[in-house]
Amino acid sequence: MIKLNNRDFEWEEGLTVQELLNKKSYTYPKLIIKINNVLVSSEEYVSTIIRDGDDVKVIHLLAGG
Amino acid sequence: MNIEKLKSAHKLLSEYKYELGKLEKGYTNRTLYINVSDNTIKEKSVTQLMKDKFIGGKGFGLYYLWNAVTPETKWNDPENEIVIGSGPIGGITQYPGAGKSLVCSLSPLTGMPMDSNVGGYFGPLLKFSGFDALELQGKADKDVIIFIDGNKGTITIEEAPEEAADSHVLGEQLTEMYAENEEDKRNISVVSAGSAANHAYMGLLNFTFYDVRRKQIRLKQAGRGGIGTVFRDKHIKALVVRFAGVKGNLNNPDDQGKINRTGIKLHKEIHDYDAQQCKMRQVGTANIIEVMDQYDLLPTHNYKFGSHLDTFKISSKVFTGMITQNTPDGCWYGCSLSCAKAVDHFELKTGPYKGQKVIVDGPEYENAAGLGSNCGIFDPHAVLELNFYCDTYAIDTISYGTTTAFVMECYENGIINKEITGGLELHFGNADASLEMLHQMSRGEGFGRLVGLGIRNLKRIFAEQYGADPVFLNDIGMEQKGLEFSEYMPKESLAQQGGYGLTNKGPQHDEAWLIFMDMVNNQIPTFEDKAEALHYFPMFRTWFGLNGLCKLPWNDIVPAGNKHTDEPAKIPEHVQNYVDIFNGVTGNNIDKEQLIVQSERVYNFQRIFNIRMGFGKRIHDAIPYRAMGPVTVEEYLSRAERYDGQLKELVGFNPEGKTTEEKIAAMRAYREDQYQKLTDAVYKRRGWTMDGVPTIEHLKSIGMDLPEVLEVVKKHL
Repeated sequence: MIKLNNRDFEWEEGLTVQELLNKKSYTYPKLIIKINNVLVSSEEYVSTIIRDGDDVKVIHLLAGG
Repeated sequence: MNIEKLKSAHKLLSEYKYELGKLEKGYTNRTLYINVSDNTIKEKSVTQLMKDKFIGGKGFGLYYLWNAVTPETKWNDPENEIVIGSGPIGGITQYPGAGKSLVCSLSPLTGMPMDSNVGGYFGPLLKFSGFDALELQGKADKDVIIFIDGNKGTITIEEAPEEAADSHVLGEQLTEMYAENEEDKRNISVVSAGSAANHAYMGLLNFTFYDVRRKQIRLKQAGRGGIGTVFRDKHIKALVVRFAGVKGNLNNPDDQGKINRTGIKLHKEIHDYDAQQCKMRQVGTANIIEVMDQYDLLPTHNYKFGSHLDTFKISSKVFTGMITQNTPDGCWYGCSLSCAKAVDHFELKTGPYKGQKVIVDGPEYENAAGLGSNCGIFDPHAVLELNFYCDTYAIDTISYGTTTAFVMECYENGIINKEITGGLELHFGNADASLEMLHQMSRGEGFGRLVGLGIRNLKRIFAEQYGADPVFLNDIGMEQKGLEFSEYMPKESLAQQGGYGLTNKGPQHDEAWLIFMDMVNNQIPTFEDKAEALHYFPMFRTWFGLNGLCKLPWNDIVPAGNKHTDEPAKIPEHVQNYVDIFNGVTGNNIDKEQLIVQSERVYNFQRIFNIRMGFGKRIHDAIPYRAMGPVTVEEYLSRAERYDGQLKELVGFNPEGKTTEEKIAAMRAYREDQYQKLTDAVYKRRGWTMDGVPTIEHLKSIGMDLPEVLEVVKKHL
């Protein structure tokens, strides 16, 4: 189990940031992603592995029209 | 187009000459008052109190409106005013989004002060012509045009019997008529309302700018709240301003260099990042259509659902292919965000202009969602045709879309039928029926005329005349304070329910848009967190309207370093930009906290104005249950897993073995209680009583303790 935006989320072995985004259908481009308070750049989404128990924040910067 | 013939039919009613002025630190220090009942034209001085307490734009509009009306004034009384103004920053050309006009009036839909912001050139050209704002009062006997020549220093009121009614034609006629030559057309801006504003309560005002590349006028809309209806009720056909000589320093700012430097920084961000971020330069606000669908936030079928399998048919990619690309579509000089997109050579299939090829200004996101998905219409051509006709007839696309979605649900539920609609089969998805209803609205005929009265009136009529259940209508009719909701699904975001409900003018998203912060990011989990956001963001956004600014360059482009800041949702670097350009123009020395206090003064003034008009209390901040949760079994079952889970985890109610009706009731009790608790927290944060009245202590602390304001408040404490 991991925390995703302070909510429980099922973890699986080898889960990457990009796979997490795909699972959640997080398609919006203006994202700030942090794992355990460390920024992950967009170039690292595919290669960054999330570990069991990690605290993941996927912050969408969208504030409407 | 025989312009000479049109012009020869004009009859001069009044002429006024004035001294051309010079701006000083963003202000002309005078405003223009015109009464079309007796053709009075006069100048008024801008006082230091106005500048200190109300700043400009919407602040000046509300101040003048307060002084013009009484608690008994109705929208169609002659004393109601339409006030149009820019703001001290308005008209600068160095920083994107600085050409907005703010329009205030008592609304036919709400009975309260309405404010609506709009692009196009009118506000800045009015200011450069010598006036910080324009008050329009009275009611003319026959249709008139008001012409302000900001180079010659003349103002005329002219009877104008023969011009077209609809804005896309009228705007062209008047641009041709009042420009001295082809080159001069860029110096003209026309304000008008179209044919449907004669009949519907949701009439808007179109503001033009002349697009020198297309050699056509473009239309931008002050859409919300029926101010176009007030305009036509006054028998004003159009306002025309002409000012030649726009350049970068006309505001005579205190520190031009500071403004230049701040602007260059943002232009570079837009150049570097827009293509990866919002694509505003490609497709404008329509960039978020499929984003909203993917997060279950795109209203479909009268806000029953937040997504639809057919959304791909009206996605931003589809509209990108229809919108003319690689054109600098700014609605004021210097706006490199260029979101004022347009579809050129669009061939109309219906209505009085059938077969003509026209320019469609849009689609904005709100149009695609309101005219499209919310009505179950996923045909991009139909969306654009509805968009075009709403604009030229002067109908607010948001109110039209939300009201049409409501009557479609009523039709599908048998509350109304073909006999009542005059043959219109108003099933979800029937674009032809929606278009015909819109044409009826323009002609003032049939069911379309009725629909133009808006959801609040329709609920009453359907209950009184057709025996509809008023409780169900109140649940599904997406209006509050008389204004129709804009096009975002708020069910899963309590903060956004407050963002719609705890507003001054009604459920429009320009005060607060918190869905992602709340529902997705979970950044504001407690009532106090949500209340803080529902304090800060409405105050911050109010400030744009005081200064003649557009909201979009604040957060639809984000600097590279934003992710490293403490409060990325606020875009701190851009907040500082606004502090800098305000100080750079006016010579003041405010900081980001004082910026919020400037807004708080006007925000609380508007709340008290509502109270003065008999509204503005807690009871008026209630929202329909469709905005909070599932009203019908169909809605519940469509997201049963989500709702069952929430009943277990949040409500402490075991859904197993329960009927859907029982589960809906349990969910409703919980969510309505949450909204009340949120209301308590927000009122406390804003310095209001639990009935929603600003306290005297709070008004003193922010410096909005004017005697006339306290006099109203004291009666309600």
